[in-house]
Amino acid sequence: MPINKIVASFDEAVADIEDGAVIMVGGFGTVVSTPSCLLEAVYRKGAKNLTTVSNSSGFGADIWRMQGAPFPEDMDILVRNERIKKAIVSAPVSALYVNNFEKLLRAGKVDIEMVPQGTLAERVRAAKAGLGGVYIPTGIGTVVEEGKEKKVIDGREYLLELPIKADFALIHAHKGDRWGNLVYRGTSRTFNPTMAGAARVTIAEVDEIVELGELDPECIVTPGVYVDRVVERPKVAPAQEGEITDTQALESTRRFREEVEAVKRTKERGGAQ
Amino acid sequence: MSDNLRGKERLDRQIIALRVAKEFQDGDVVNLGIGIPMLASNFVPAGREVVFHSENGVLGFGEVTLPGEGDLDIVNAGGQTVRPQPGMCFFGHDESFAIVRGGHLDISVMGAYQVSEKGDLANYMVPEREVGTIGGAMDLAQGARRLIIAMNHTTKEGEPRIVKKCSYLLTAPECVDLIVTDIAVIEVTDRGLVLKEVAPGWTPEEVQSMTEPTLIVDPECHDIELM
Repeated sequence: MPINKIVASFDEAVADIEDGAVIMVGGFGTVVSTPSCLLEAVYRKGAKNLTTVSNSSGFGADIWRMQGAPFPEDMDILVRNERIKKAIVSAPVSALYVNNFEKLLRAGKVDIEMVPQGTLAERVRAAKAGLGGVYIPTGIGTVVEEGKEKKVIDGREYLLELPIKADFALIHAHKGDRWGNLVYRGTSRTFNPTMAGAARVTIAEVDEIVELGELDPECIVTPGVYVDRVVERPKVAPAQEGEITDTQALESTRRFREEVEAVKRTKERGGAQ
Repeated sequence: MSDNLRGKERLDRQIIALRVAKEFQDGDVVNLGIGIPMLASNFVPAGREVVFHSENGVLGFGEVTLPGEGDLDIVNAGGQTVRPQPGMCFFGHDESFAIVRGGHLDISVMGAYQVSEKGDLANYMVPEREVGTIGGAMDLAQGARRLIIAMNHTTKEGEPRIVKKCSYLLTAPECVDLIVTDIAVIEVTDRGLVLKEVAPGWTPEEVQSMTEPTLIVDPECHDIELM
């Protein structure tokens, strides 16, 4: 029987994500690198008490709508709806404004494990590659080393960092085929190929599904073996200029700027640069 | 710090960035942090080819595009769209940090809250805020072959940012090689902090009065050369 990993809808793709699941979410911080539709589907399904593994905590759909993004949801949809019990994250807060994650953190509503970005990538890769851990020099002499085994190798100190495994990895790619082979677009690659295969189930949200054989074997970034489900985004017309000036977006811009100013004032008082 | 120094003219962000860029050698692979460091991409000395790296998985990109002109799938670590150019390549996050930690990055330029006399760096968290973002800072600080800090010499209140011991949480110990501020260029050496250059109109004594640890004034110490 032909292999077919294509799933008809986002809701179907995430149907087995239960409360308490550990989910990895690909992308960097920009919404175009994020599996937006899968995140929306997880929200719609109602899954809660999630442990999430991601680079950032999201900026929120308002900001991306303002830029005309047709799929504006990012990690913030799970943050603001309080679906996260614990976040394993590299860049949780913004230097410019107080994001929703910081508000939850201050309210004691979420646990955090902050991980240097390269260490996050390597711990995820270790899970994907079946390694028991990796020795990483990053974090020596900082709070990151607390409680970790140290080893001197060839005269240099390293920390033993353990793999981060997940139940599901939600990733975003540009094109995919029915075997799950994937290619990405530009800097929207980031954590997506790193996380593919690091979870029990990897679900890829793609801009376009193509016929098997259409992707150049020399250029496939993620071999289909790492991917379990492929689901295609609906086709949308590129955002029109008129949509960006919509009242709601303008209002959110204003609020965002106000928050930026507020944080700047706080930082000036706090003496930070 | 005396009041007459408080009002004294300092270098602006662009000029600090220009001075930083003079450190880029032909063929260097360079990562620029958000803020003043990113401005340095505009000032690469003529005739030198520099390859810029960004944590989000790109090497060899061009300048920041005008608003609305760029491709949202080609951005720097600050999310600004940048111009593609011949030779540019993309890669995933594990590869991006293999480049950083593996000794393949010649220079990293970052901002800082504090730098100690031993070259310890604190730049990810201010105690007042109780939460910060490590992001790629720890990897870049200890992974790059050379770390340049671009920052204001003092806080808004006039407190030194170059200190004997950092009071903020460390990003990495003993990692800074060069500090470029709005009044001085200081090298971190085994002997201590060496004052190499001062902003036009500033004396080494004035710079010292705004710096906590004792500076070793280089015999060749001169005005910052901007051209």
